[in-house]
Amino acid sequence: MDWGNILGNAVGEIISPTTAAYALAAIGLGVHFGYTGLLNFGQAAFLLIGAYGFAIPTLAGAPLVVAVLCAIACSVIFAFILGIPTLRLRADYLAIVTIAAAEVVRYIVTTTGLTDFTGAANGLSGFKGTFAAINPIPAGTYGFGPFTYNEYDWWIRIVGWVLVALASVLVFLLMRSPWGRVVKGIREDEDAVRSLGKNVYSYKMQALVIGGGLGSIAGIIFILPRAVQPANYTTGLTFFIWTIMLLGGAATIFGPIVGSMIFWVVLSLTQGILYGAIESGALPFVSTTQAGQIRFILVGVALMLLVIFRPQGIFGNKKELSFSV
Amino acid sequence: MSNLDGTPTLAATSPLVKGEIRPGCAKVDPIVIADNVTRQFGGLKAVDVAHLEIPRGQITALIGPNGAGKTTMFNLLTGFDKPNTGTWEFDGKSLAGVPAFKVARAGMVRTFQLTKSLGRLSVLQNMLLGATGQKGEGLFRSLIKPLWRKQEEENTARADDLLARFKLDAKREDYAASLSGGQRKLLEMARALMSKPELIMLDEPMAGVNPALTQSLLGHIKNLKSDGTTVLFVEHDMHMVMHISDWVVVMAEGRVVAEGPPESVMKDPAVIDAYLGAHHDTDLGDLMEDGPNPVIEAERKAHDAHPEADEAGYGEEK
Repeated sequence: MDWGNILGNAVGEIISPTTAAYALAAIGLGVHFGYTGLLNFGQAAFLLIGAYGFAIPTLAGAPLVVAVLCAIACSVIFAFILGIPTLRLRADYLAIVTIAAAEVVRYIVTTTGLTDFTGAANGLSGFKGTFAAINPIPAGTYGFGPFTYNEYDWWIRIVGWVLVALASVLVFLLMRSPWGRVVKGIREDEDAVRSLGKNVYSYKMQALVIGGGLGSIAGIIFILPRAVQPANYTTGLTFFIWTIMLLGGAATIFGPIVGSMIFWVVLSLTQGILYGAIESGALPFVSTTQAGQIRFILVGVALMLLVIFRPQGIFGNKKELSFSV
Repeated sequence: MSNLDGTPTLAATSPLVKGEIRPGCAKVDPIVIADNVTRQFGGLKAVDVAHLEIPRGQITALIGPNGAGKTTMFNLLTGFDKPNTGTWEFDGKSLAGVPAFKVARAGMVRTFQLTKSLGRLSVLQNMLLGATGQKGEGLFRSLIKPLWRKQEEENTARADDLLARFKLDAKREDYAASLSGGQRKLLEMARALMSKPELIMLDEPMAGVNPALTQSLLGHIKNLKSDGTTVLFVEHDMHMVMHISDWVVVMAEGRVVAEGPPESVMKDPAVIDAYLGAHHDTDLGDLMEDGPNPVIEAERKAHDAHPEADEAGYGEEK
């Protein structure tokens, strides 16, 4: 087994753009669930809408700013479509609607009837030009050890993590304010907040839009190092984001970031170790395809252990969860 | 109005009422006027109130046996439930069909029978949530602290003042979930007061509160009246009703069956009829005899023990 390579890959995940994208999506989900108590089981749909909302205009020749604004606008519209019928109802209805809506949009972009726009099951590629064009880093390879990348890879990482930082600051500013107090009140008991003269429906909608918007930006970061593939946006993606959020702590600022880093480092390590063990013949009864699945079984087990033994996550406040709510 | 034996007497009057006292009578200065409010749950007419007026600046008790429609009436008036028919106005403004949060903003704030303290917010945060017109509650203004810092400081000062009055100041930073049931009742009432309501509607403020704490709650409700707030409360504890209310409205099977000052309303045959099922072995008239009233007794003892306290007998629950 090449331990240097395995560890190098794992460490590289800490700052990978995928980690940044998942962190952003988890920050958005934290606004939904952690702070406002909205059960959004369709965060994958917001990433999908961000990805397609960015890629389709870009391929049609739109400049970068227009494509990004289009992605965000689409996610806002999607949040309204989800929220208008469900946010007046009990929380569980939103959960059902979001999980269904996420599947609906995935099937829509996969239909062959829309191949000219969405590429159907093949997805989209070739949309990186506008983003690469504004890269200020001269061509070349930079960095050291496992952190050695070319100028485009560095550019994605810098932009991705700057966006994560900005999103964290945004959430921090919101949640220390009276606005944050209202949404946290809604999480606890929305009728009580209503009885104090707050327009609960409006606040829930604002939270849904903000978290969804962060999800769509995550969707853009997610596709910049790869192609748009509709198969990436299954409910599995949503539950990875949930795992990350719960791992770090649902209503915390750094939780989603550290949660995402740990999630990807662990996935990379287990993959490296399992593959290494298979190649060296230590696991003769497992194929490499099966090893890929075993990683996710381990993720499932880890999530179960987490919610049983540390429900507040890494950064969560133990005291907050010591009361049954 | 008639005597217990059913013989008609001279029409009873009261300084609060225009003309004769009867169910649905007009008040001299009403704060709430409701007309023809009905709410049907399947075949059951939970509320069927033809006319009801709540006097301004007074403590009004809404009593009645279980299932009389008191809480449903509360829910309807405050916009938490929608009636099948009916109109009502508060302070001259029609509130029929107005959503709950706008009712609260209009100055009609309620509490709940099952307390709704916001468990994973601190006691202080619970209080601050009650303040109205907060600049920092707007999405964009919330991001810039200088826009709302001063208002937040003023609200915090007011919250601290109220917490001290309700003897919750020691719990300021604790999560509301760590409070006892009685303390949560106090917190909910204090939180409702943060919005400086014109009318506060308390749904069973004494339910589940120990007798010592009851004393302090009674004091708070009386203080509300002296501050000029109108109080409407639902309560099953007859001693409390007799002791602090200025006016009593009795509901049974969804209707207002009697109204009147507490001294006389219990003698109304309609009230006795309404309670016969649930309280057949309690003579409600007993409360009016000259015998010792346990509430007054307890209050006097407490006052003797702490003559310096202006509100008699704070009992703190630990």
